[in-house]
Amino acid sequence: MKRTRKPGISRRSTLALMGAGAVTFAAPWVARAQAKTIKIGMPTILSGRVAQLGTSSRNAVMLEVEKVNAAGGLAGRQIEMVIRDSKGQPQEAARIARELVNTDGCEMLLDGEASSGSFAVHEVARDLGVLCIHTCSEASSLTADPKQHIPNAFRCVRQGIHDSIVGAGYAAGIAKAKGLKKWATCSPDYAYGRDTTGEFVLYLKKFAPDVEIISESWPKLFQPDYTEVVTKILQAKPQALYSCLWGGDLTSYIDQANIYAMFTQMEVFAVNMADYTALTVVKNLPKGIHSGDRYIKTFPPTPENAAWGDAYKAKYNEYPTNWSWQNATAVMFLNEAVKKANSTDGKKVAEVLAGLTIKCPFGADGTVTMRADDHTLVGYAIGWGTTIPQEPYVPDVKAGDWKAIFELEADWKKSKGYT
Amino acid sequence: MILVDLDALASCLTSPSCLVTQTTSGLIIGMLLFLVAVGLTLIFGVLKVVNFSHGAFYMFGAYFAMTAYQLTGSFALAILSGAAGTAILGLIFERVFMSRVYGRDVLMQLLVCYAFVLIFDDVVRMIWGPEFKSMGMPAAFQVPPLFIAGGVVPPYYLLLIGVALAAAAVLGLGLARSRIGKVIRAAAHNPGMVSALGINTGLIYGGVFALGGMLAGLAGALAAPVRSLTPGMGFSVLIESFIVTVIGGMGSILGALIGALLIGLIRSFGSLGFPLFTEGLMYLFMVIVLVSRPTGLFGKEVA
Repeated sequence: MKRTRKPGISRRSTLALMGAGAVTFAAPWVARAQAKTIKIGMPTILSGRVAQLGTSSRNAVMLEVEKVNAAGGLAGRQIEMVIRDSKGQPQEAARIARELVNTDGCEMLLDGEASSGSFAVHEVARDLGVLCIHTCSEASSLTADPKQHIPNAFRCVRQGIHDSIVGAGYAAGIAKAKGLKKWATCSPDYAYGRDTTGEFVLYLKKFAPDVEIISESWPKLFQPDYTEVVTKILQAKPQALYSCLWGGDLTSYIDQANIYAMFTQMEVFAVNMADYTALTVVKNLPKGIHSGDRYIKTFPPTPENAAWGDAYKAKYNEYPTNWSWQNATAVMFLNEAVKKANSTDGKKVAEVLAGLTIKCPFGADGTVTMRADDHTLVGYAIGWGTTIPQEPYVPDVKAGDWKAIFELEADWKKSKGYT
Repeated sequence: MILVDLDALASCLTSPSCLVTQTTSGLIIGMLLFLVAVGLTLIFGVLKVVNFSHGAFYMFGAYFAMTAYQLTGSFALAILSGAAGTAILGLIFERVFMSRVYGRDVLMQLLVCYAFVLIFDDVVRMIWGPEFKSMGMPAAFQVPPLFIAGGVVPPYYLLLIGVALAAAAVLGLGLARSRIGKVIRAAAHNPGMVSALGINTGLIYGGVFALGGMLAGLAGALAAPVRSLTPGMGFSVLIESFIVTVIGGMGSILGALIGALLIGLIRSFGSLGFPLFTEGLMYLFMVIVLVSRPTGLFGKEVA
């Protein structure tokens, strides 16, 4: 009410307004008071180097929760989000998740942690049996490995193996068309960088057997200067470069490689380029970098997706991230599953969630599915395209083929001993 | 996985184009490092405190430059405000906080500095936001790189090396020849006597701290067009600067220059020959120097 108490509005009119408000809203208040709110807990990263991603997750969740609450809530119960900062530390994420359930009385968890933390939260979900949807971890093994499988946990996130298959397929097409045989890689030196690059190279060589990796660079995560890496790659004279650097590391790398004119000397495939956090920050974005879609409001090219991206921007004054759409989708899944189960009981909701297909702005065909056998998201929009320096940044995204993804994913699972 | 690639290193050392590219790449890394490290070493030499918050000045230099560049569009003004802003900040920081812990326990100095590492990072987060930023290369330098003997050299990096070398020369000559330089050296040696001669040592200390901060800020401003700006960006630079000062000898300006250039060259050639051990090489070199000359290459027996 503070806002209405500006100078110029008298006490009397303020009171009148309050009275009118009370009358208008009195009836729903009574109705709501009868239905207990449902608390959903969410550990995520709100401080430190990747705070931007955690914040964008929270924003997306709140955007969707407001819609659900306005439409009457989950089975008539208003959602109350309890969101806490894990600072990106796995042990802290696990502690918070446990506390959210045991102390705060949260009945469900949205796990907004990066890969490292998500495995810790997963163990808490296993222990407590609480319904848990992972919304940020792309590590394939989280759901692909049957040892991780529990009936009450789901992953509503794109997956490393899907990205590698689609990216390598796209890159192999260009490699064949342009005769790109000599490749270099440059990725951050930690689990994500090594795994993603390894899988990409594996499939690239499978699709385009002529390809040869002639130079590898593994800069440290958050390294400020890449000059020696840039010049090393220039010395090797590859025809194409693959990188899964991300965020500020990727933009530093681009700024530094740009003044060596690297982007005119080779084709660059940077899977994490087409993310607004990076696209809007780089001042001199080179034309023609190949990138996977992270979140982009023009892909899938539907009015629903564009409207969602614009609504998010209107509310938070910045574009959503890859983590945003995943978190929004998780709330959409919960909403649909509760409707179908006609209950907010975690067990019943989990039973409905397995195999559930919902309408979704981020689906490749307008729908996404929570696959029944491994509780992971499939059918989401996934593709690659090339960048231009201004909006829409990636004007033409070539969509990946889910049928091909499923086939290769099944082979990959076999090779890993997962099935 | 290639652990040691001596062939690549050897073929680079025999090819002039590769030599030029890698040497300039080493110089760039080295010169920015020098600007940060020399401030650190100068402050230690005169004030006898290890300024663990020095990385913050590098960070502020970059952010000041970015803001000035966005407001004015002038790159020269951006560099200037990066340097001037951090000089003022350094002066205030020294007078208000650091001057209270001179001669105290090292632990106390360390705690004050560390507290300010956290505070400064949060200040940046409050003013500029937690997400990473990029300043962008000024239009004048958005040109194709030069080819010298077949090696690739970006013009911006030539400017960067030039500015850093000029700073080194002015600093070295200023300290050795000018009257102020003599007073500073005297204050480093025997502050009690300098004070007794009627010279305001507080002013000297503040000035030296401001100068150190300014050099780090200059490095940050010069790096801003090519490195992404984040709260906490000063930290990794600080660690490398410490390696430089340990190698060169605490308190020695020439030592900082040589140490920084050696680290730069180790990085640029090391990444060819020892792709997975480039970081390790720096530390290995530091260990060798410490074992053979515990005071550093140019350090004096009693600092």
